[in-house]
Amino acid sequence: MLAGLLDSLYGGISIGAVLLIAALGLAIVFGLMGVINLAHGELMMLGAYTTFVVQNWFKSLGEPWFETYILFAIPIAFLVTALVGLILERGVIRFLYGRPLETLLATWGVSLILQQFVRSVNWVMVIGIALFCLLFFGALWVISRRADRERIRSWAIPIMVVLSLGIAFTIGKVLSETFELALTKPWFGTQGVDVTAPTWMRGGWLVELPEGSFQLSYVRLFIIGLTILCITGIYLFLQRSAWGLRIRAVTQNRSMSACLGIPTGKVDALTFAIGSGLAGVAGCAISLLGSVSPNTGQDYIVNTFMVVVVGGVGKLVGSIVAALAIGTMNYLIGSGILALLFQPIEPLFDLFTFFATTSMAKVMVFALIIIFLQIRPGGIFPQKGRSYEL
Amino acid sequence: MVRRLGRRKFLIYGSATLGTSILLKACSEPPAPDTTGEATTSDSAAAGGNGDTIKVGILHSLSGTMAISEKSVVDAEQLAIEEINAAGGVLGKQIEPIVEDGASDWPTFAEKARKLIDQDKVVSVFGCWTSASRKAVLPVFEEKKHMLWYPVQYEGQECSNNIFYTGAAPNQQIEPAVDWLLENKGKQFFLIGSDYVFPRTANTIIKAQLAELGGETVGEDYLPLGNTEVTPIITKIRAALPDGGVIFNTLNGDSNVAFFKQLQGAGLTPDKYPVMSVSIAEEEVKAIGTEYLKDQYAAWNYFQTVDTPENQEFVNAFKAKYGEDRVTNDPMEAAYIGVYLWKQAVEQAGTADDLEAVRKAAYGQKFEAPEGMVTMNPNHHLSKMVRIGKVGEDGLFEIVNETEAAVEPVPWNQFVADTKGLGCDWSDPSKGGKYNLKDV
Repeated sequence: MLAGLLDSLYGGISIGAVLLIAALGLAIVFGLMGVINLAHGELMMLGAYTTFVVQNWFKSLGEPWFETYILFAIPIAFLVTALVGLILERGVIRFLYGRPLETLLATWGVSLILQQFVRSVNWVMVIGIALFCLLFFGALWVISRRADRERIRSWAIPIMVVLSLGIAFTIGKVLSETFELALTKPWFGTQGVDVTAPTWMRGGWLVELPEGSFQLSYVRLFIIGLTILCITGIYLFLQRSAWGLRIRAVTQNRSMSACLGIPTGKVDALTFAIGSGLAGVAGCAISLLGSVSPNTGQDYIVNTFMVVVVGGVGKLVGSIVAALAIGTMNYLIGSGILALLFQPIEPLFDLFTFFATTSMAKVMVFALIIIFLQIRPGGIFPQKGRSYEL
Repeated sequence: MVRRLGRRKFLIYGSATLGTSILLKACSEPPAPDTTGEATTSDSAAAGGNGDTIKVGILHSLSGTMAISEKSVVDAEQLAIEEINAAGGVLGKQIEPIVEDGASDWPTFAEKARKLIDQDKVVSVFGCWTSASRKAVLPVFEEKKHMLWYPVQYEGQECSNNIFYTGAAPNQQIEPAVDWLLENKGKQFFLIGSDYVFPRTANTIIKAQLAELGGETVGEDYLPLGNTEVTPIITKIRAALPDGGVIFNTLNGDSNVAFFKQLQGAGLTPDKYPVMSVSIAEEEVKAIGTEYLKDQYAAWNYFQTVDTPENQEFVNAFKAKYGEDRVTNDPMEAAYIGVYLWKQAVEQAGTADDLEAVRKAAYGQKFEAPEGMVTMNPNHHLSKMVRIGKVGEDGLFEIVNETEAAVEPVPWNQFVADTKGLGCDWSDPSKGGKYNLKDV
C-alpha cells in the first residue's frame, strides 16, 4: 500500500513538475503583462534544440565533459531563448500592447515561423538573413543620421527592402550553387533529433519498501529539482530585487509607475525575456524525456494554458497548485489508480475504467477543467479586484 | 510625435518581417530530389513507354515528419533503378523515375498520385509508407486501374488488385513475433501503441491470437501521436506485470523515444520486461540511441545483418552510393525488391504499358532478394522470410531467430473473427479480393 501510494504520488508530482516548468514562463508573461504568447511552445522547442546543440559540442569534447553538458545547457538555453524573446518583444509584441487578439494572432504567426525555421534552417538561409539584416538595418541607420530623413523616408525604405532582399537572395543562391550540400543541408531537418541524457542521469533510484519497491527515475528527480529551483529563483527575483519591484509596480498600475519614473518599456522587455528564458529551461528539461522535433512545443502549449487559466491569472502560487493538480489528475485517471480506488462502487468503477487510458484521461481532465471554470471562472486563486476581467 | 514614430517603426519592422518571410520561403523550398543523381522532375512531357525511356513514379514524403524514413526508401528505389539502367534497362529502355513529394500529408499523396498517372503518364508507381497515405491513394489507383508498389510492413486486412505489397503482412511479422515471444519470453503481454489505425488493428490481431494460443493480454494503452508523457502507462505496466512480462510495442515515430527513455528510467529492464517492436528498424535505432534500446527485440523480414551474398552486395552498393554511415533496413529492402519484381514482370509481359499484362505476369515472379528468395503470390503479397532481431552494442540487430523457409502471406487475418475464413486471389476472376476459403 505504502509503495503504491508513494509511487502514485511521485508519478503525479513528476507530471505536474513538467507541466509547471513548461507553464512558469507563460504564467509570468500572461499574468504580469496580460500578453497571451502562443509562441511559448516554440520557445520551449528552441530551448530543446539548444540543448541538442550543446550536447553535440560536448560530445566532441570527449568523455569527462560530456557528463556535465546538461549543467551548461540549462543556462545557455535560458540565454538563447531569452534573447529570442527579447527580439520578439521589441520587434512585434510591444506594438500590440492592450490588444490581446492581435497579440494572439501575431504570436501564433511567430510560432509557425519558428517551427518552419528549425525545419529548414541551413547555412545559406542564416547567411542570407544576416546579410539582409546587415544591409537593411545598416541603411536605416545611415538614413537616421541624415538631416532630411523625414523627407526621403517614404520612398527610401521600400527601395531598401527590395534592394537588400535582392542582394541577400542572390548571394544565397550563388552560395548554394557553389557549395551545394555543404551549405544547403538543413541543420536539424524535419525528423526529431535526440538528446541523450548523461550516464549519471539514466536509470533511477530504487526505493525498497517492506511490501514492494519502485524506482524514481533520475531524469524526473532532476526535473522536479529544476522546477523548484526556477520557482524559488523567480520568487526571489520578483520579491527581493529592484527590478522585481518595478515589475510588480508596472503590473499594478502602468501609468502611475511611468509617472514615477519607472521605465515601463524596459520592464516589459525584461519580463518577456525572463518568461521566454524559462521556456528555454523547460525545453531543456523536456528534451530529456522525449525526442526534440519542430512540433515539440505544440504538445505542451495546451496543457500549459490550462495550468495558467486554472491557477488564476497572475498568481505564481495558483500556477503551482494547478500544475500539480492537473498532473496528478492526469496520472491518477490515466494509470487506472482512480478506478481501483472506486472498486467497491460498481458504476464509478466502470466509469473510471473507461477513462483509464492516456488519451481518455486527457478528455476527462479537460471536462473537469471546464466544470471547474464554470464554478470559479477566475481560477483557483483569482486576482482581487476588477483587473482579471480583461 | 512619439506615437507617429512608433507607427513608422512598426511599418519598417513589418516590411522587414515580410521580407524575411519571403526569404524564408525561398530558402525552404523542398530540396530538389535529384541531389543524389539521376532523378528528374516532371518537365519532360513525353508519354510513358514512348521514346527511349520508361517513366515510373516515386511517391514518398520528402518533407514533413515522415521525411527521413521515407527519404531512405527513395534512396533504395533509386539505387535499384540505377542498377537496372546500368545493366541495360528494361526491354532495352532506360527507366526514368519521376519523384513526387507527398509531404507527409495524405490528401497531397492522393493529389500527387493523380498527377503522376494523368500528367506524367507513368507506367507504375513506387511509394507510400504510412497506412494513412496508402488508404488515401488507394481509390485513385483503383479508379485509374493503375499500379502501386507499396514497400512497408502493414496491418493487413486489405487486398487491392492495384497494389503490390512488398512488405510483410501481419502473419509475416506480427504473428510470428507473438509466437516466438510465447515460446521464449512469457505468456503475459502488455500492448502499447500509437493511437491510430496500424497499432489498433495490429493489437486486435495480437489479442485474438493470444486468446487462441493460450497467452494473456494483461493490458493495452495507446499514446496520442507525438505525446511524450508515458508515466501513467509505465505505472500500468508495473501494476499489470509486477514480476515482468512481455511488452509488445506498436508505437510510431517520436513517441518511441519517450517510451524507451522513460522505461529505462523507471527500471523496467529488458531482462524482465522484453519489448518487441514492429516499427523500429536500423534507421530508428540510430535516432533513438542504442543505449536506450540495447537488448530489446524487433521483428522484420530483413535486417542489415542478414547473411546472404545478395545482402552483402546490396549493403555495399548502398553504402558506396550514399555514404559509409548509412544503414539499410526492411522497408528500404522491400522497396528495392519491388523495383526488381516490377522489372521482371514487365520483361515477362514484354510490355510496360499494358498494365493488365504486367499485373498477370507479376504472379509467381521469384527474386533472389537480400533477405532471401521472395515470391509474388496471386494475392499481391510476397512470400518472405521472418526474422527476430535483438539490438546489439553497435545499433545493428543480432538475428536470434529466423524461419526455415519463406512464409506465405495471409492478408485477411485468420485470428480476427471478422476476416476469418477470407482469402484473396486476383489470378482467378471468380475469386477476387475477398472470397470465402470454404467456398472453393
